[in-house]
Amino acid sequence: MIGDELADQLARALSDASDVATLRAAESGAFPQAAWDALDALGLGAALVPDARGGAGLGFAEIAPLLEALGRAGAPVPLAEGIGAAALLAAAGIDVPPGVLTFAAAGVPVPWGRHAAHVVVVDGARVALHAAASLRWREAMNIAREARDTPTMAAPIAEGTLPNAWGNDAARALTALLRSAQIAGALQGALALAVDHANTRKQFGRPIGRFQAVQQQLAVFAAETSAASVAAAAAARAADARGLADAAFEIGCAKVTAGEAAAKGAAIAHQVLAAMGITEEHALHHLTRRLWSWRDEGGSERFWSARIGALVQGAPCGATVQSTPGPLWTFLTSRDQEPAA
Amino acid sequence: MTGLRFDLRDPPHGAAALRAELRAFIAEHEHRWTPEVRARSWMGFDRDFTRAVGARGWIGMCWPKQYGGAERSFLERNIVLEELLAAGAPVGAHWIGDRQSGPLILRLGTDAQRAKFLPGIARGDLAFCIGLSEPDSGSDLASLRTRADRTDTGWLLNGRKIWTTFGHLCDWMIALVRTSPAPEGGSRHQGLSQVLVDLRAPGVTIRPIRDLVGEEGFNEITFDDVRLPPDALVGTEGAGWAQATSELAFERSGPDRYMSSHPLLEAGMAALRDDPATAPALGREVARLWTLRAMSTAIAGMLQDGADPVRQAALVKDLGNDFEQALPGAMRALRDVDDMPEPMRRMHAYLTQITPTFSLRGGTREIMRGIIARELGLR
Ligand SMILES: Cc1cc2nc3c(=O)[nH]c(=O)nc-3n(C[C@H](O)[C@H](O)[C@H](O)COP(=O)(O)OP(=O)(O)OC[C@H]3O[C@@H](n4cnc5c(N)ncnc54)[C@H](O)[C@@H]3O)c2cc1C
Repeated sequence: MIGDELADQLARALSDASDVATLRAAESGAFPQAAWDALDALGLGAALVPDARGGAGLGFAEIAPLLEALGRAGAPVPLAEGIGAAALLAAAGIDVPPGVLTFAAAGVPVPWGRHAAHVVVVDGARVALHAAASLRWREAMNIAREARDTPTMAAPIAEGTLPNAWGNDAARALTALLRSAQIAGALQGALALAVDHANTRKQFGRPIGRFQAVQQQLAVFAAETSAASVAAAAAARAADARGLADAAFEIGCAKVTAGEAAAKGAAIAHQVLAAMGITEEHALHHLTRRLWSWRDEGGSERFWSARIGALVQGAPCGATVQSTPGPLWTFLTSRDQEPAA
Repeated sequence: MTGLRFDLRDPPHGAAALRAELRAFIAEHEHRWTPEVRARSWMGFDRDFTRAVGARGWIGMCWPKQYGGAERSFLERNIVLEELLAAGAPVGAHWIGDRQSGPLILRLGTDAQRAKFLPGIARGDLAFCIGLSEPDSGSDLASLRTRADRTDTGWLLNGRKIWTTFGHLCDWMIALVRTSPAPEGGSRHQGLSQVLVDLRAPGVTIRPIRDLVGEEGFNEITFDDVRLPPDALVGTEGAGWAQATSELAFERSGPDRYMSSHPLLEAGMAALRDDPATAPALGREVARLWTLRAMSTAIAGMLQDGADPVRQAALVKDLGNDFEQALPGAMRALRDVDDMPEPMRRMHAYLTQITPTFSLRGGTREIMRGIIARELGLR
């Protein structure tokens, strides 16, 4: 699949661009320009932009492996945000400017705002493109120490409207979709670190991974990691098939699954790495702090669970307990996407 | 870690139409199902219902027509399984034959064995049970001691199986037995074979074991000099361990590993429909269910492609068991038992007692996690 090949390319570029030294520098506020330039050169920013508008014309499902690769590396650059921002602009009929690009819903802190050349702000179906330099920024960070800055609004340099298929909450849904896949990737990265540690750290004369208590915990971690990855990929397919607005259910399910997996995975990773994993020097915290941050961005488990529950409770159904199919099953299967004959 | 990779699948063509057929069929039968029957899920045994399912071509539906099958895909079969489980249909009389005994005979049996057994399973006339566990061999299955010794006329079977689900109601067992001693200093996995046992043969004694609900679900089955014909052997003599292990991908992979409590969740959805305060908790269960369904469907696709997703199956079984096991507790947290509508309360009562079995049957939670850990390179 095209996404897998691109993800391999990206992973190679990332192995240079997001080593621990780069991550640490980025988290202390320096934008990793060299890393950005190397990644930007791959031309992935326009991945979701249709061919007709000069993009690669890929779908969400095709870029899911790219997002996982970004998450796996904890990449300290707004490439996922740039991909999302470009897609929003293209959908609203606005040309995509070069340079660092990001997006957020109106009123929500803008990821990487202070480092961006341009910012896309989405308010309902309205998309506004701002030159970042023309905005006044209140700087803040998430717990991964990624910039999350709040702008004071000024006049945009371009405006447009999203088609109906993007819905009224496009920035949140898009962020949830991107973060779900990034979480799956970060879990894969943290799991690899934990397994590697379990196979090398020796106590009581053998690698700690030989202890069954450790094995069982890592198995849970692996299962959660697979669940997050499958959920993100399945939501991406739904978004391709139905459009972002009508895939809110699937995106929500993915975000809840990924968010829960993030919490469990991070806890197990730290348990297995013990004191070493708590040190600044070790790579683990760059991933676990992202897991803890990203699960809150684009809607938390609580937010999406409530929305999913309301969707299912509100779905039309004449069924009672004693008749088939029940209300939930009716709803779930009604969302299956049979391929066109 | 390729053994933990999942490739997603679209529903097959005609999926919605097939679901509609199943729903109409279920609607004709469901008035007879009490809340307890629904809560029993695939542990409910009803030969008449099974024959009706067979008559529709929904048992052995991936098998060749020559053997009573319908030559449909694993993904179509997955739809049938899902719809039956979602309704809590009593499918136990054909579940094991359809899920694993039939596919095993199809894959490894002789033409004569296929002709003898498969059409009967597909019609719903022949019920199979699984003869793995023994009194001293549970998780450590390779330590089993039941043996079949070659004689002039076939095999002589001696030993004891236990926890055999529906043994007292079934016609045939496929048993894993020792046919030659483990080689000195060699692997215990050698010398095991799978044999077909007619449960009505002389020398077979079946003693039902009452379970904690007060029902007779599983059995102890003793073999005293049971004479088996030469063609009782399935597959290759001595290759029983490998055969039984790959059968486990079929046994562990299906929606029956996360939908065992599904009728209770539906009852909860109906009962809590007008209680918006419960939306977040219900939504959380739905999100989990949705993810498990995508994972399980991916495995059906892998089986369709002829892959051997044993490890993915162990992983989904582990996650799925956790989910279906926690559902009664999740519902109880949303509505006091005394305030549940009666059918829901009865399902809740039944499932509360029976959910501990979910992470035992088909291999325990600890064994599933051991399989995943091996794939991670830890053992
Ligand atoms: C409802 C039900 C239906 C069943 N139906 C059938 C059937 O039809 N046919 C059949 O053959 N069997 C059947 N079984 C048996 C089932 O396969 C066994 O219960 C299961 O394999 C565990 O074996 P055991 O009960 O002997 O437990 P044990 O193997 O004695 O295990 C006891 C505990 O120790 C743990 N343990 C054991 N070994 C290890 C290890 N190496 N590492 C870590 N922990 C370990 C187990 O996980 C478990 O928690 C059924 C069981 C149930 C509950």
